[in-house]
Amino acid sequence: MSMQSDMSQSVIGADAVKRSGGRGKVVLSEGKKAERKLGLMLIAPAAIVMVAVTGWPIIYSVWLSLQRFDLRFPEKQAFVGLENYGTVLSNGYWWTAFGVTSLITVVSVVFELVLGMGLALIMHRTLVGRGLVRTVALIPYGIVTVVAAFSWRYAWTDGTGYLASLFGQDQALLTQRVPALAIIILAEVWKTVPFMALLLMAGLALVPEDLLKAAAMDGANGWQRFTKVMIPVMKPAILVALLFRTLDAFRIFDNIFILTSGAQNTSSVSMQTYNNLIKGLNLGIGATMAVLIFITVAIIAFVFVKLFGTAAPGSDQEGRR
Amino acid sequence: MAGLGGTETLGRKSRWAILDLVVVVYALVPVLWIMSLSFKTTKTLTDGNFIPREWTLDNYKAIFQTSEFVRALGNSIGIAIISTVIAVVLGTMAAYAVARLDFPGKKALVGVSLLVAMFPQVSLVSPLFEIERSVGLFNTWPGLILPYITFALPLSIYTLSAFFREIPWELEKAAKMDGATPAQAFRKVIAPLAAPGVFTTAILVFILCWNDFLFAISLTSTSASRTVPAALSFFTGASQFEDPTGSISAAAVVITVPIIVFVLLFQRRIVAGLTSGAVKG
Repeated sequence: MSMQSDMSQSVIGADAVKRSGGRGKVVLSEGKKAERKLGLMLIAPAAIVMVAVTGWPIIYSVWLSLQRFDLRFPEKQAFVGLENYGTVLSNGYWWTAFGVTSLITVVSVVFELVLGMGLALIMHRTLVGRGLVRTVALIPYGIVTVVAAFSWRYAWTDGTGYLASLFGQDQALLTQRVPALAIIILAEVWKTVPFMALLLMAGLALVPEDLLKAAAMDGANGWQRFTKVMIPVMKPAILVALLFRTLDAFRIFDNIFILTSGAQNTSSVSMQTYNNLIKGLNLGIGATMAVLIFITVAIIAFVFVKLFGTAAPGSDQEGRR
Repeated sequence: MAGLGGTETLGRKSRWAILDLVVVVYALVPVLWIMSLSFKTTKTLTDGNFIPREWTLDNYKAIFQTSEFVRALGNSIGIAIISTVIAVVLGTMAAYAVARLDFPGKKALVGVSLLVAMFPQVSLVSPLFEIERSVGLFNTWPGLILPYITFALPLSIYTLSAFFREIPWELEKAAKMDGATPAQAFRKVIAPLAAPGVFTTAILVFILCWNDFLFAISLTSTSASRTVPAALSFFTGASQFEDPTGSISAAAVVITVPIIVFVLLFQRRIVAGLTSGAVKG
């Protein structure tokens, strides 16, 4: 609702500007031409860098994925068609990693949404120490993921850690699959809840205070005000936050690398790609995995945009500009 | 905010205070833990105590004596600053065009930025690894700066164009009435007004580059360009006979300091930047 009225406002604003501009100057076409030229010149460097560094490599990656290309045996390089895709897609490790990545993504995004909403409400509505809470909450967002991951790793290391002893002696939780995955999710959630909360807080700021007061007058309790008033207004912000976090969680790498190095089948698809490429030096397989991840992420983004239609960030962006 | 109806009782305040405290504990415990480890002596490192029983600066002295860490720190600082400057300059130009000018290709740029923001970085690692090896960028500063700029650009374009839309139009128009060209209006009028937004964006971009691990570990092979996050993971493998926990913790604390300083000094701006870029952008 608010998004739409906002859009129409900005469109009206733009019209007004155009009209007043037209009245002010007679030689409009000259100015328009200069404006177009300046606009293109200003975006050119950014556009070129972004397209050159992502567009060309992803095309190159598709080409590499059709080759047998192992850097240890470069003389055996040959075009093999879709053979690499067959190899990867029939490989148990790939599907395990895919399952692990999906599990981590879904579980951590759900936790992040719930905790992020809580943190957003605290940051937005607290009566005391608002500055303090907002400042402190930024620390997990800002801290280097690797640093946080080491902190969690040592916390769960037997003997060294303050958390490990809570679960009994010599459990070596990081070497057991299920606890290790739980710790990976914990580390991921801890780091990204504040980011989620900030995105949601932007949505909270859009909720009109009058509406909440009116709902309270009509006898709505706190929970009803939250679900019936806040959530609908915040929906666009929630969807943006969910989309970005889902895509981001699917790329998980740092936390797993530090916490378990992918041992006990805790690898993510990003870890698998890295291992095949940097450790295995198998460019063909690495590129195949890169392409598969790219396709998966594209599908997730597409599903989000299709499911949520105009509320998705892409269409939002276009509507606003 | 005057609260709902202005009945701010002591009870309500103290309930909020407890919630605040939960947030503070949540955010600080892992950070305090790694700090605690960095100050522990070798003897007490594995005692599992949250607060060190014996304090020492030996871990810090040790890491600053290794060229491995000192070079990595130099690389981290240099690469992050250069990437930030370039990404913010290019982002400022593009965001100004997006927010203020009418020209074809604007939607395309916004679309490309959104695609790059969603791009799985790991998909770039394989091709970039091969491309950089063949053109001699592998294991160099530019080899890392290039992907960092690329992934920082959507962030800086979104954040900056959100800031730029807040700047009063009239001033620019007035400047143009006085005979300034669009380019002059940009330099003389909008740029000074935009400085706070640019600064905020620079902090966000710096954090992004400072944080990276995937590119840092994939596109480097020696201390010539390895940044601290990547170097940290090699501390572990390198010293099998000596427990690296203390030195890793100390190095981790060193690279956390700039982030803490930014957060403490510029909390308001970072929050404004993240929220405006994310939802309004």
